[in-house]
Amino acid sequence: MIVNEQVAIDHGLKKDEYKKICELLDRTPNITELGIFSAMWNEHCSYKSSRLHLKKLPTKGKQVIQGPGENAGVVDIGDDDAIVFKIESHNHPSFIEPYQGAATGVGGIMRDVFTMGARPIANLNSIHFGSPQHKKTKNLLRGVVHGIGGYGNCMGIPTIAGQTSFDSSYNGNILVNAMTLGLVKKDKIFYSKAAGLNKPVIYVGSKTGRDGIHGASMASASFDEKIEEKKPTVQVGDPFTEKLLLEACLELMAGDSIIAIQDMGAAGLTSSSIEMASKGNLGIEINLNKVPTREANMTPYEIMLSESQERMLIVLENGKEDAAKKIFDKWDLDFAVIGKTTKSKKIELFFDNEKVADIPVNTLVENSPMYDRKWKKAKLPKKIKIKKEDINNLKIIEVLKKILSNPNICSKEWIWQQYDHTVMGDTIQKPGGDSGVVRVHGTNKAVAASVDSSAVYCWAHPLTGGKQVVCESFRNLISVGAKPIAITNCLNFGSPENEENMGEFVECVQGIGEASEYLKFPVVSGNVSFYNQTKDVGIKPTPSIGGVGLIKDYQKMITMDLKEVDNIVLVIGKTEGHIDQSVFARNILDEKNGPPPEVNLFNEKNNGETVLKLIDAGLIKSAHDVSLGGIITAISKMCIKGNKGINLKKPKYLISDIEYFFSEDQGRYLIEVTKKDLKKVTNVLDKNAVHYDELGVINADQLYINEKSKITIDELKSSNTSWLNNYMDN
Amino acid sequence: MKSSVITFPGSNCDRDMDVALRKFGFKNKMVWHNDVELPKSDLVVLPGGFSYGDYLRCGSMASKSKIMQSVINFANSGGMVMGICNGFQILVETGLVPGVLLRNKYLEFICKNIFVKINNKHNTYFKNIDNEVLELHIAHNEGNYFCTNDQLKEIKDNEQIAINYCSKDGEIDEQFNPNGSIESIAGIFNKEKNVLGMMPHPERMIDKYLSGEDGSLFFNNLLNNIK
Repeated sequence: MIVNEQVAIDHGLKKDEYKKICELLDRTPNITELGIFSAMWNEHCSYKSSRLHLKKLPTKGKQVIQGPGENAGVVDIGDDDAIVFKIESHNHPSFIEPYQGAATGVGGIMRDVFTMGARPIANLNSIHFGSPQHKKTKNLLRGVVHGIGGYGNCMGIPTIAGQTSFDSSYNGNILVNAMTLGLVKKDKIFYSKAAGLNKPVIYVGSKTGRDGIHGASMASASFDEKIEEKKPTVQVGDPFTEKLLLEACLELMAGDSIIAIQDMGAAGLTSSSIEMASKGNLGIEINLNKVPTREANMTPYEIMLSESQERMLIVLENGKEDAAKKIFDKWDLDFAVIGKTTKSKKIELFFDNEKVADIPVNTLVENSPMYDRKWKKAKLPKKIKIKKEDINNLKIIEVLKKILSNPNICSKEWIWQQYDHTVMGDTIQKPGGDSGVVRVHGTNKAVAASVDSSAVYCWAHPLTGGKQVVCESFRNLISVGAKPIAITNCLNFGSPENEENMGEFVECVQGIGEASEYLKFPVVSGNVSFYNQTKDVGIKPTPSIGGVGLIKDYQKMITMDLKEVDNIVLVIGKTEGHIDQSVFARNILDEKNGPPPEVNLFNEKNNGETVLKLIDAGLIKSAHDVSLGGIITAISKMCIKGNKGINLKKPKYLISDIEYFFSEDQGRYLIEVTKKDLKKVTNVLDKNAVHYDELGVINADQLYINEKSKITIDELKSSNTSWLNNYMDN
Repeated sequence: MKSSVITFPGSNCDRDMDVALRKFGFKNKMVWHNDVELPKSDLVVLPGGFSYGDYLRCGSMASKSKIMQSVINFANSGGMVMGICNGFQILVETGLVPGVLLRNKYLEFICKNIFVKINNKHNTYFKNIDNEVLELHIAHNEGNYFCTNDQLKEIKDNEQIAINYCSKDGEIDEQFNPNGSIESIAGIFNKEKNVLGMMPHPERMIDKYLSGEDGSLFFNNLLNNIK
């Protein structure tokens, strides 16, 4: 095939990008080379629109062992243990083929983690769908949940937490973000940097097929009506092979024969070989005839661009090939020496004794395009004016029932019961709490993880929204008694070529950066997914934040279920009555305008650290952060989980009952304390200048509001659990 | 007491079972599917997971693996063999216990706590347990036990039903049956009661920080009964 500008454009490259390639090579690339450039220079692999802004994120900290730039981030959790973690998107393929798209998303992120030598110990996910009324939503939800379960359950890694939302902005572009945590000893972490000349380059895992060719390019473009035609770009997952690959890799890693290892994810053999060479400042020579293939007559182009799953590339020490092969033979996996490292600093590919590609590595990596895209700053919307008569007639109990059954608030048990969340025998907090918690096997430590996003806030004001998501992650970890360590982010946005979407990205990143800097909660890994867009309509900006924290003594872990009658519940943090963009405003008043709640980083940090102190001192019996739906939604969930009631009383504020109970001011927690400890607790709060209200006293079975109205816990429960079950049954 | 846990490619509860057995005093060995001989054992466990990916009928590939001939011989000579979840699926495929395991009635993977009623205590697995009801945990996609009417009659005549899904108070009724199993059967013996297959995972219920502790009760009792 003759390569020209049109062929380059068909590969998703821009005219000037093609021109730059010809200049860099000083000739016209052949088709294999063009394929390689298109795979390396697309948005998904090159971060060409986002790099400039991502640089501004804080990535360092006392506990950070590895920040962004590797397969995953690594943090120190003491005693030579480290946690490897990352979140990644698989949005585009999941919309086209929900089961395989979601399954391979989970498979891909687990591979990123065990590539670094870590055994995966927990999975999480953040999934977002269109309006429940949209004709595709139900099938997409079912397919995605089956796919996530199908892969994770087979691998035997517990899925311990997640988040699901519905919003019409995802009607044409759903989001599937998967996160994995792995455990590794600090001195057994593996990296992707090749080193040394004439070292054998090894291919292990599944054979290469024609699936997923151009997957990364597909994920770097918007959707249109021809979306169904893209099905062949979706990879097909085989969790069984991945389980074997995991065990085989960990067995090989126990020795000292690996110099570098990299999984074949997006852009398959292309990006894995080039990344290893680039990081090691070396060249790599590959004989493509040696690559194990699933189908006959595969061309060099197809072999290099296939995104077949469950494959790894390894640079091995000389002379260790036989011992390594034995391990892969034992696990019935392919093992092939396909090339070697060279000093050429080029990627040189041979096929049928002919050189089929010859590209300097730096042209693909350092010289890849980087754009300073135009972006528009968002204005802070004006506050909405709520008419007194609009809310005075509302019955709180009726509003509460509606909110508890709202698709974005209701119990997601239908989803997480399909995920094995207890395998590995260390899950001490299941999905449905503020964070999932797993023990560090055989120790007193436990790791907490949560995944959050607040698209509505980010849409209303990206800068505030960006900050808010990080704070919410911080609170979710603290609510289970974990000290927040670091975050990973998955940045899901519309087209970067649209100034407004790009502005959303830039300002959300800025907000994330400011909050993570202030909270000493650095970003250690992540991924950007642009072009979540169908024709001209992009999704609401949806950065997902995956937070990880440490509980030093797991016996001190906190759960949200109310524990004992007569204990007292306090609201930590000040309630100002911010209704704009709340679930209440959007769903009860049908008011979609206004700014998101303000984020005060000082209060976030101070309130959070003080709650941690109280937990450490053993003074808190249960805790829950206040988020969507406000105080009354939070306490209802605590009542449901603990099967207890409470007598709620609004303190004597100027704001109305509705504002007090449903507003979504930030930096707040609910904590349960015993009467005996109350004084001690309030002393600590006063000493640290933390605002608190006494919310009420726990009773056996009813939720009372200001002694006027009441509802039984069973009724609360049925409001909260019925929506999703009914929706999926019909 | 010596135990052996078989690891098939795709097993994923093998470590959990090893941890549980050791915790309660078994000297446990892990045995690879390609081995031919079983180490000397008082108990052999087929753990949960997705042996060989379970792309064919669950457990069918594993039932033909090398080590299984020794396991079958061991069982036929009266040795204690316990299959949990995928291990139960493997046992029905070998024919050591009767019946089959179909896909769950609602076609979805289920992971949750359930209650089972002990139906027969005249055997090494359940004798001396005081409780009538245990709280255990299930995590499976194909746990819907089924057999022919003739088989069911035989199973009942021989008192082979080990445990049934039930309510917290021991009531057996369709509403407490999570997967559509015939007669709410959650576990079953061979005629001689030395082989037990069950869907629930006792190994996930072995300390108070996990989903519950009734698994501890089961393993403690099992060790004492084997002694």
